[in-house]
Order: sequence, then C-alpha cells, then structure tokens
Amino acid sequence: MTDTVANAKATPDVTQPWAELGLKADEYRSIREILRRRPTSCELAMYSVMWSEHCSYKSSKVHLARFAQLPKTTPRGPLLAGIGEQAGVVDIGNDWAVTFKVESHNHPSYVEPYQGAATGVGGIVRDILAMGARPIASMDSLRFGRLDAPDTARVLPGIVAGVGGYGNCLGLPNIGGEVVFDASYYGNPLVNALSVGVLKHGDLHLAFARGAGNKVILYGATTGGDGIGGASVLASETFDADGPAKRPSVQVGDPFTEKLLIECTLELFAAGVVNGIQDLGAAGISCATSELASAGDGGMHIDLDLVPLRDNTLTPEEILMSESQERMAAVVEPENLDRFFEICAKWDVLATVIGEVTEGDRLVIDWHGETVVDVDPHTVAHEGPVYQRPMARPDWLDALNADTTASLGRPGNGPELEEHFRRVVVSPNQCDKSWVTDQYDRYVRGNSVLSQPEDSGMLRIDEGTGLGIALATDCNARFTLLDPYVGAQLALAEAYRNVAATGAEPVAITDCLNFGSPEDPEVMWQFSQAIDGLIEGCKILGTPVTGGNVSFYNRTGETNIMPTPLVGMLGVIDNVADRVKSRFQNQGDAIVLLGETRNDLDGSAWAEVIHNHIGGNPPKPCLEAEQALAQVLLRASKERLLSSAHDLSDGGLAVALAESAMLSGFGARMKLPEDTFVALFSETPGRVLVSLPESKLSALSQLCGDLPHARLGTVTDDGALTITGQFAIAVSALRREWAATIPVALKTRPRSAR
Amino acid sequence: MARVVVEVMPKPEILDPQGKAVTGALKRLGFSGLSVRQGKRFEIEIEGEITPERIEQATKAADSLLANTTIENYVVRVDG
Amino acid sequence: MRVGVVTFPGSLDDIDAIRAVRLTGGEPVSLWHASDSLEGVDAVILPGGFSYGDYLRCGAIARFSPVMAEVIKQAKAGLPVLGICNGFQVLCEAHLLPGALIRNDRRTFYCKDQLLRVESTSTAWSNKFATEQEISIVIKHGEGNFQADPETVRMLEGTQRVVFRYLGENPNGSVNNIAGIANERGNVVGLMPHPEHNVDPAVSPGLDGVRFFASLTNYLTSLAEEA
Repeated sequence: MTDTVANAKATPDVTQPWAELGLKADEYRSIREILRRRPTSCELAMYSVMWSEHCSYKSSKVHLARFAQLPKTTPRGPLLAGIGEQAGVVDIGNDWAVTFKVESHNHPSYVEPYQGAATGVGGIVRDILAMGARPIASMDSLRFGRLDAPDTARVLPGIVAGVGGYGNCLGLPNIGGEVVFDASYYGNPLVNALSVGVLKHGDLHLAFARGAGNKVILYGATTGGDGIGGASVLASETFDADGPAKRPSVQVGDPFTEKLLIECTLELFAAGVVNGIQDLGAAGISCATSELASAGDGGMHIDLDLVPLRDNTLTPEEILMSESQERMAAVVEPENLDRFFEICAKWDVLATVIGEVTEGDRLVIDWHGETVVDVDPHTVAHEGPVYQRPMARPDWLDALNADTTASLGRPGNGPELEEHFRRVVVSPNQCDKSWVTDQYDRYVRGNSVLSQPEDSGMLRIDEGTGLGIALATDCNARFTLLDPYVGAQLALAEAYRNVAATGAEPVAITDCLNFGSPEDPEVMWQFSQAIDGLIEGCKILGTPVTGGNVSFYNRTGETNIMPTPLVGMLGVIDNVADRVKSRFQNQGDAIVLLGETRNDLDGSAWAEVIHNHIGGNPPKPCLEAEQALAQVLLRASKERLLSSAHDLSDGGLAVALAESAMLSGFGARMKLPEDTFVALFSETPGRVLVSLPESKLSALSQLCGDLPHARLGTVTDDGALTITGQFAIAVSALRREWAATIPVALKTRPRSAR
Repeated sequence: MARVVVEVMPKPEILDPQGKAVTGALKRLGFSGLSVRQGKRFEIEIEGEITPERIEQATKAADSLLANTTIENYVVRVDG
Repeated sequence: MRVGVVTFPGSLDDIDAIRAVRLTGGEPVSLWHASDSLEGVDAVILPGGFSYGDYLRCGAIARFSPVMAEVIKQAKAGLPVLGICNGFQVLCEAHLLPGALIRNDRRTFYCKDQLLRVESTSTAWSNKFATEQEISIVIKHGEGNFQADPETVRMLEGTQRVVFRYLGENPNGSVNNIAGIANERGNVVGLMPHPEHNVDPAVSPGLDGVRFFASLTNYLTSLAEEA
C-alpha cells in the first residue's frame, strides 16, 4: 500500500528505515519537526537523498562558505554566475562567455569502471548544458592505485574506455587532464571529469520555476531503476567489503541519447520556449523538482503517474530516487508547449508534462490520485543539516615532516645521475600517457588548438578573431599530504602556470575536492587547510572560484586517500595563433630556464621513484613570483618570442627537458649549475623551460627584468640529451622506454575477471 | 566436440541503449509493436564429454569474464 | 560548388566537414537525415560520428534514413560522395562500397595523426594528389578495421580501387592496410581518416586534407567542361 500523507498523519508511530537510507537519528528527528508529522516513505526517500553528503554538502558547507569572501571578478571582468549555480560563468570578451566545472564520479567508477566513468562525463556535460551553454570539450583527471597493482588492470582500462566511449560519442574533444598512480587510490580510484561550454552573454539560463500555471516537463530518457540509492549510498559511504549482494544497481549511460538531448536543449533555448531548465543527476526527480521549486517564486505540483517508466514495477519512492541518466526537467509556459514538443520530436526526444508550477510554496507530489509528498521544497533542497565536524591536525604529521629527503642517497657520478634521470622519466607518473589519451577524440568540433600532452588544452572560441580559452587541471597530492594548505596552493600555482605557459591569461578556477572520511577529524583538518590555502592563493592571483565539487569518503578500509584538491584553471587568449607549444621546435634555439631553483626534493618524483619515500616539507609557493612569471610568458607569447614553453612540476627540469625533447625528436646540449642533481630533480615551483632563437634572447631578458632567468643550453639535432660533464642519453631510446611503461604494465597481466 | 552456449543479456532493470536504438529503427522501417533487447551469445567448444564439472567451469567463466554481473545476467546451456 | 553535408542523429564531424568545405572555397549545404531532398547539391559528404549511436552495427541504421535513399540513387548516377569514418561505414552498409568495417584489432578507440599513401588518383576525391604521395591525416575510430572476402580484396587491388593505404603502423588491422576505397566509377570514396580535420592552419596538425576538396573542385570543373 502506498504511504500517503493522510496515512502518515494517521499512523505517526510507524517505524521507518531512516538509518538504512543513510540518515542519522537527529536528521530523522528534524525531518519530523519540519513536517510536524512523520514523513511518508516518499518524503523519507527525498530527504534522505537530498540530505546525503553528496547532495547537501553537509560536512563541507561551512568551509565552502569561506570561498564567498573572494571577489566575484576575474581579470577580464565580473563573473556572470558564480558558486551556487550549476556551473560558474566567466565573461571572456567579445560577448562570449564560458562555463566550466569539474565533478567527481569516484565510487561508481570503482564498482563498474566503464559505466561509472561514462556517466560521470554525462553528468557534468548536462550541468554545463543546463546553463544554456553548448558543451565544447572535456578533460579528465584520473587517479589509480599503483600501476602494477592487480586491480589497476581492471579499473584503468575500464575507466579510460568509459571516458572515451561516452565523450567520443557525444562529439566532445578531450583536450587534457592527468593520470596519476599512488597506492592510496587502490580500491578508490578518482574520476574527476571537467566539462566546458560556451555561450553568448544573452543566452545565460539559470534554473528556477516561476509563474503559476507553467508546465513542468520531463524530457530525455525514460526512468528506470538505475542507481537507486546511488547518491546516498554509493557516494556518501565508503564502498568496501560489503560484497556484491549489497552493491546498488549502477547507472548505465546512453551517450547517443545525450547527444540528442544536447542538440534538442540548445534548440529549445534558441527558440526561447523554456523558462527554466535543470539536469537530472544525483537524486533524480527529487533533486530537480525540489531545487527548481525552491529557487522559484511558487510551489509545484507533480503527478508521478505521468513519469514515463522503463520498468513498470518501480515504486513511487524509487521513481523519486532513480538516477537514470540523460534526463532533463524544464519549466515551460503553456503557449510554448506546442513548439517545445515539436523540437523534441525533431530530435526524437521523449517529453512529458509531469506537473505544473503552483501558487503558494509547497511541493506536492501525487501517486495514483493520492498525495504522497507535501513539503516545503526549500527544506529539502537547501535546509539540510550542516555539520561543524571536529578537526584535528594529524599526530603523524610532525614525524612525516621531520622525515626529509636530506638523508636519502643521491647519485654520486654521471652514470648514476643518468640512471636516476632515466628511471624518473619512465616511471608510471612521469611516463607517456598516450595509451590513455589516444582513446579520446581530441579533434572533433575542429577547434582544438592544443591538447594533451601540452601544458594546457586550448580551444578556439571565435573563428573570426581567434579568441580562445585554455584549461589545465592539476594537483600534486604528495605535497598536499605533507601540508594541505601549501599543497592546495601548489596545485593552484601549477594550474595557473600551465595555462600561462601556453600563452593564455589565467582568469578563474573550478575545483574538485577529493578527500577521505569527513567523520575523521584529521581529514576535516586537511580539508579546511586546503580550502584556506586556495582562498589565500586565489586572492593573490585574482582568480575567483566559480564553483566545484566535494567528494568525501574516498578510502579503502581505514586508509584515506591522499588529500587531492584538484584545481581546474581557465585562461583566455586573445588570439590562439599566439599559442606556445611545450616541445622544442628548432635546432639551434637557446634553452632558458625562467624562475629560481632551490633545493626542493621533499615530496618530489625523484624521492618517490628512487627511494619510495614521502616526507619532509613541500616547496614554498610564491604566488607573486608566479604572477610575474605569467606576465613574462604572456608578453613573450604575444610578441612571438618563444619557440616552446614547458612548465616544470613533477620530476623538475629532468622531466620537462626530456618531454620537450622526446615529443619533438630534437636533442639538447645542457650546461647545468654545479649541483647538477638538484638542478635536475628539484621541484621548486614558479619555473618554466623555454626555447627561443638566439636573436630573441635579449628581448626575453628585457621582459624578464627581475625575474631570474638563465641560459642552460641549446636545442640540437644530434638525437641526444647531453648534460655536459655528466651524461648523454639517446632521445629515441628514452622515448621508447617512456612510451612502453603503461602498455607493458597492462599487457603482462591478463585482463582480470570482473 | 561438445558445445556450451552462454547467453548474456542486460539485466531487465538496466538501460539497454542498443536495444532501444534497434527498436526505434525497426519502428521507422514499419515493424511496429516490436521491442528489442540486445545481448551477446558465446559458443564455447569443450574438449571431451560434457560433465557437471564442465558446466560448472563454463558457469564460472560466464560469471567472472563473459558477463559483467553488475549489469548483465547470463544463462549457460548445453547446445544440441 | 555546393557540397551537401548530411547530419544523422549522432553525427559529430558534420560541423567540421561544413567548415572544411567553406575553408576550401565551397558552399556547404546542411542536409537533414529525415529529408529526402539533396537540394540540388554538386556532391555529398557523409561525415564522421556515431549515427544512431552505432548500436546495431556502425552505419547500419543510418543507411535506412530517407536522405540515404536519395544519396544511393544519385551516387549510382555519378554524384560525387565522400564517406568519412562513420560515413564510410554507412556507404558499406548501403552497398555503395564493398566490404565492412569491424572493431579495431587493438579493441580500443584510436586517435592519432596517421601516415597514408595515396594509391589511386583517378577518383573524384583524390585527383589532385600525386600517385604514391605520402600524406598525414587524422584518424579517430573504434571500428575501422576494413575486411572483405579475398576475392573482393583482389578485385579492389586489381582495379586500382584502393585509394588510400596506411603507412607505417596499421592502426586497426585492416586487410592490406586499406584506409580508403572507391566504387568502380570513382565518384564514391569511403575512408576512415578525417581529411576535414587537416584543412585549418589554426588547429590542424597538417594541411594534407585540402587536396581532397581541391580534387572535388577539379573533378566537377572537368565534368562541366566536358558537358
């Protein structure tokens, strides 16, 4: 029997499964207080998903609120939409605006790697679409357990195929991202998908339901039993030894339907027939109806019987919680209905009126003619619990910081230095990632100016003027483990530098904050520190946070992942013809290092690869120096001084130099400072390796002013990387080994059973 | 040679985009009233007699590799 | 020169093909799958993508769309047609070209800049190349492995209907490294590589795609002169 509102009033003492739905006792109590009665089972379903960590941000809200202190202005003008909308919107000039956001789909990608990753891409693309923007590209930041760990052979190929399978079929170029391996992600891979869209200023649409009598339309795929409880169970609680029987059903993606949904939705916007639009993601209809109603000026009435189902056995509770993909909700004025349905029919997209906007402020949902939900939508969507979780600086941190790299063995001669150089360059985190990125279409839509392995992805936005954008995502979690405040700033600095290195001006960020359990005070301390680091860093750099995503409960058993606050930086370039590539271009070009090198080996790739060591203190970021460096890079790009520019980060000069050579086929002859080891492997931030014709050296030097810069060598055509007085290594042999790391690791092991 | 057939189908509650697309195409071609779900069929040649152990072996193969039991069901049967 | 570019549900590189036609001096005309009119265009491009999700077999459902009935009719009468990637798959399903494209032998989608050798310059889409010219064109597909029965392959090879061949790495397992083929008359060409991604200096890794479109112009001009 359906549990109606009338029934709930009549039977106040029924025991309800609030705990199984992930609610805490006091949360259940406040639902009863809000409703002044017990919730119906449908209401309980709605509150439980909407008040889950994933949807309500209950543990992170108090910390995220601090982002509000940042100015809502980029170097190019005020934000058109900021935190709180489905995605932030940045003015890039010439009446163009860009919206971008990164979101995690970590836990589902462990359970079912292909579909988990695929639907992660699909979800973030719909967020961008709902803003009125045309999605134009994707990026993906992926983190796995060790490359040689058995389950990585299952999770890595599945996730990569899922990202590619969905994105390729949508026709979105995948222009960048990261692939990182670390033992802490074993059993909890990270899939952070970024989507970027473009729109004209006038086309910006915000999601709300307004105007009594306007119709609420559900369009796109039918509703099935996908991922029921996925949001609250999968994303909020750790997935570990529960066994297959308890695995909730996963969502399955249909990229073809999503492609039609994109074209259909953009045509609906262009025709001016929608008042508000929202994508259905986590918490499905519960989320869309309560958020649309809550953001509008009226109430909403929904007849759940009208929802087209794929599975007729679904209960009303399940319909409300279903996470079936490729669905959108729209609010449409009655006189626009015909045109709305006409456009949907053109694209073969199913559309159904399921209710309307009402006077008053209640969200009322009926099933078989009886009311099963009668709530104030604001209490569902926005008045979830807020926790001030306890925080504590980890006890182990002092010992970790004290365990520096000072005592680690360093190479004593040229051959040893060469051996360390080679091992760092070909190690899993530094090796060639094209096994992954070759599975992504980087060319579709014909505007990809730069894509992986360049420092940032770059897209042309305006064919007439050459106006474009650049995007980079970064996070070195090893640094964040050693010091979350500094680590987050280093992630920010690296993304900023990567964008500037390609010739674009960094303007705004999105973030994806991946952490362990918020119920662990040490994790909450890391989280809070990382946010403070980002805020202080963004203040200095003038780049606002436009929005983002928090993912908690990333752990395997009791082991939390390394804190991974991913930063996605957006840059603007006036003319993409000025872009700078990372690889060497001409034999005879001078090689110059911009920025100062200090003795920064703690947390470095060298310490990881050679000594399997993590400890000490991360490098000190100097954001003012990053700004000065970016200014030099931007002017040098505009004046066309540079042949190449490559950011120094993991693996320091060794990796930047090797990549610049291996990707071009050129060699280099280098004369490095006396402590060649530190020069090669230190990871001091604020440095970029550039190459340029000798004739332009003095112009560059003038641009640099006080910024430290040093000529280190020359691009050669002898096919060797020569470190004078130390070693010479053949570029082609190094390249072969560098390119083989991932394919060899995955092939030596048969594909494991699912 | 004996043969065991493993048929793998998307679980009823799981979206089947392939079947959906084929259903739509059939409808456009005038085949009305048909609803398709698309699965896979594996034919496994077995050396020697088919014994309960062999069936179990094939079932294990289906469960661990041929089907993705998170989203698919499978049936193992002897062909013939 | 008016060149039609067909958009099927799930077509992706239609906008790229339209841009490429424009950049190389033609007038692009967008054609919708549900229409049975080709609007009097001088040539048709079937672009890349995943028509109808490619869920049954690549190109199998698109082949039955109204626009294809007209494309098939006019192609048989000599209309120049270029099928790129998914368009190639559609042409094979429509039996305008022999053979079929199956899953890459590597079993993954593969995107790269691919070296090709031009094997035949006697088609509407390749006459501005030099024979045996080596070019680099973008490939990006999961099912580009060209297969046909041995007799068909011998026939294609023997009648100069293999138009493009992969050089260096065979990216997908195609028989005889075949990347593209033509019909007997040479007006219909299908290939897995994407020439429309190699025409724009701002974004393309190279510009070898331009000559596909120059070939078409040349072909249509000579036809007009003959007439």
